Amino acid sequence: MTEANPIGLSIRNGSKIYPGTQALKNVDFDLRMGAVNVLVGENGAGKSTLMKIIAGVEQLNGGTIEIDGQQVVFADKTDAAKHGVGIVFQELNLFPNLTVAENIFVGHEKTRAGIHIDSQAQRTAAAALMKRLEQNIDPDTPLGNLRIGQQQIVEIAKALAENARILILDEPTSALSATEVEVLFRVINDLKKQGVGIVYISHRLEELIRIGDYITVLRDGAITGSRSMQGVDIPWIVANMIGSASKEFPKTGDHELGKEVFRVDNVCLPSPAGGYAVDHMSLSVREGEIVGLYGLMGAGRSELLECIMAQHPNSSGQIFIGGKPVKEKSVSGRIRRGLALIPEDRKRDGLVQIMTIRENLTMSSLYDFTRGFHLSLKAEAAKAAEFVKRMAIKIASLEHPVSSLSGGNQQKVVIGKALMTRPKILLMDEPSRGIDIGAKAEIFRTMRRLAADGLGILFVTSDLEEVLALSDRVLVMANGRLTGQFPAGASAAEVISAATPNLNRVETQ
Amino acid sequence: MSSIDASGNAKTVIGGHKSRTSALLLLLHMRTFVALILVFAFFAIAAPNFLTTGNMLIISKHVALNAILAIGMTFVIIAGGIDLSVGSIVGLCAMVAGYLVLYGIDLGFIGVAYSVQFNTIEICLIVLVVGIFIGWINGMLITKLNVAPFIATLGILYVARGSALLFSDGRTFPNLAGNSEYGSDTFRIIGSGTFFGLPVSVWIMVVVALGAAYLATRTPLGRHIYAVGGNERGAALSGVNVDRTKLFVYMFSGVCAALVGLIISSQLQASHPATGETFELNAIAAAVLGGTSMSGGRGRIAGTIVGAFVIGILADGLIMMGVSSFWQTVIKGLVIIAAVVVDQVQQKLQARVVLQQNAN
Repeated sequence: MTEANPIGLSIRNGSKIYPGTQALKNVDFDLRMGAVNVLVGENGAGKSTLMKIIAGVEQLNGGTIEIDGQQVVFADKTDAAKHGVGIVFQELNLFPNLTVAENIFVGHEKTRAGIHIDSQAQRTAAAALMKRLEQNIDPDTPLGNLRIGQQQIVEIAKALAENARILILDEPTSALSATEVEVLFRVINDLKKQGVGIVYISHRLEELIRIGDYITVLRDGAITGSRSMQGVDIPWIVANMIGSASKEFPKTGDHELGKEVFRVDNVCLPSPAGGYAVDHMSLSVREGEIVGLYGLMGAGRSELLECIMAQHPNSSGQIFIGGKPVKEKSVSGRIRRGLALIPEDRKRDGLVQIMTIRENLTMSSLYDFTRGFHLSLKAEAAKAAEFVKRMAIKIASLEHPVSSLSGGNQQKVVIGKALMTRPKILLMDEPSRGIDIGAKAEIFRTMRRLAADGLGILFVTSDLEEVLALSDRVLVMANGRLTGQFPAGASAAEVISAATPNLNRVETQ
Repeated sequence: MSSIDASGNAKTVIGGHKSRTSALLLLLHMRTFVALILVFAFFAIAAPNFLTTGNMLIISKHVALNAILAIGMTFVIIAGGIDLSVGSIVGLCAMVAGYLVLYGIDLGFIGVAYSVQFNTIEICLIVLVVGIFIGWINGMLITKLNVAPFIATLGILYVARGSALLFSDGRTFPNLAGNSEYGSDTFRIIGSGTFFGLPVSVWIMVVVALGAAYLATRTPLGRHIYAVGGNERGAALSGVNVDRTKLFVYMFSGVCAALVGLIISSQLQASHPATGETFELNAIAAAVLGGTSMSGGRGRIAGTIVGAFVIGILADGLIMMGVSSFWQTVIKGLVIIAAVVVDQVQQKLQARVVLQQNAN
């Protein structure tokens, strides 16, 4: 296998020091061409730093980088791109207002005489790239009209347009549905055959085992395991990542479920594209029950939660809490009635990044600390400290901006904020998105504990394993409709087939 | 910070570096205040008569006007908006005040040959309501009709200024001495009276500033203003009433402008429809100089007050030194730009320090 996959890039003794912390400690890393080099580790283990160094975004403080045996120093990302290194960041860097072709060539436009953009040449080249990636995407489509999965492909095309021989993919599947993941994997396999060396970073371990040829595990800035993928299993990866026994998803608790606490009746949301984004959805949640809402991207799950949280004035249908209809039209009114939402996009919807951890935690419950006009900062700080402890949030000070926390801890702040309003129903949209496996397990344990205390939880996820392991009941949505309802312990195959669009609606109670 | 204390070893490793950084950070944090002291010290030495009580009182009266406007502006900017109409609201409110003092309200238009006269307090209340009302229009345009704050308040800038001119057909209302018969002869106190040795207008500034600082730091509404400016969508999903919060900041800015209109017409004993032209720019400058971020979510009332003093002292001090007003304008511009550049440096340094503390 070594002959088939020559080493294209290698780092020897690589060290990177940030003020106050050493992100990489004497790392030796070999990147093999024509293969998928998987990079795995908990958040903060140094994978992002290593990747940024390969892509020229950051520079080593010590050690060397060699490409094809030649020592190189990348001044910046453009320099690395000249050496054939392309990177696709987890958060897409694309322009929704420009077309696919314009996006692919942004920053290195094809021009005549250096000033006039040769749109025709760009279009042709973009079409050729789309063909190479087996995509049926018109280069003239505005990027904003594409699904997230297709946008990801465009980002890959952008790297390939710069003749990338080494392609770094940072969590490329975190926003993709199962079918889109399959498309991406086909693309990766084709690129492999074309001799491209791929670095693949993901938190989804099954995915890594499936797609990877070589694996490198990082922990605290040092490499703890590096080998060919043959014979690697999840316990091996987890053991190297965490350095202790594997962390399992918590098992379903055996507490009694209470009476029905929440019911959604016939909720409809007309879609701007015609038809319904949420199509006559009805569901119910009991006290202490965790209901998992599974579906592919665009199935209407997030939209349903938004309707419940009064984000769509033109939605119809009824909501009941404890049997009483919810008439409140404002978010604050619905929070008062006992609803709380953990939004999917933490940065955009969940937190005010420049405000402190304390201010974010108490954002929804300020009136609890207010008499008349007066907000008691003392009572507020005490409550915030209590929730930091309760949620086991790792912080240096309550007064630091929330943006200084890691993804997992930020998510705990969002959950803490929701819980401070003493909800009866917790709506969670992709609660484990973009956080490392340790923090994930902690969030899941928290969900279990809350359910055991009698809270009803409705959570949306695209992760099949997660929905099966956590839910007392699994609901499946497709095309805005409820397409399946399964008890705990349902088979994965049944759930997937229900999530595949164009099936008939299942009658619910 | 607790984490540093908990891990003493990290503290010793980078201790020396850290204390220097935090000293620099403190200095940067206090930069507007440092600038105020420097400007003050400079003129105290360079301009004779600068340190006299009389001069201090004159400067503080000038500063009070800009500071009151800037306080309202600070809330608007923290909430992620901008209010370009405040100068025009000053002008319109001054004209309303002048009209009421001189003529009262003539009921001729409803067929009654009688004009209602008002005492000073009634006049003030009416003028403040006018200011609040114009602020409310700004807020409604921005929240309900989704007009960008820059455009909405630019439009109202013209409308209010035009209305001020229409009020008197472009003429000045002179001799606003009031009439003891109606109880409006006390009108002059607002602009030229003193209380415990300080001009009434300075007391108004102090009261508005204390009220605003309390509102900003100790009330849910104040917190909501910061949240709306920091992340509007995030705030909305947390149950913050975004529209109501925005409506409030524009109404507050309107009432601040009305106060300034009252003070000026009382001070001059006359109202001119061009009163307050370009005042909005000085108010924005004071807020920005005081550390308010134009992208919203960040700013303090105390900073704005200090910013207003820096601008005021700079302007009056340069006049006393006989520097041409053309140069004054150039210098004011440079000071504002320098303030924002320093602000950027501080933000970067601060982020690094926090990262460090988290890493330890």
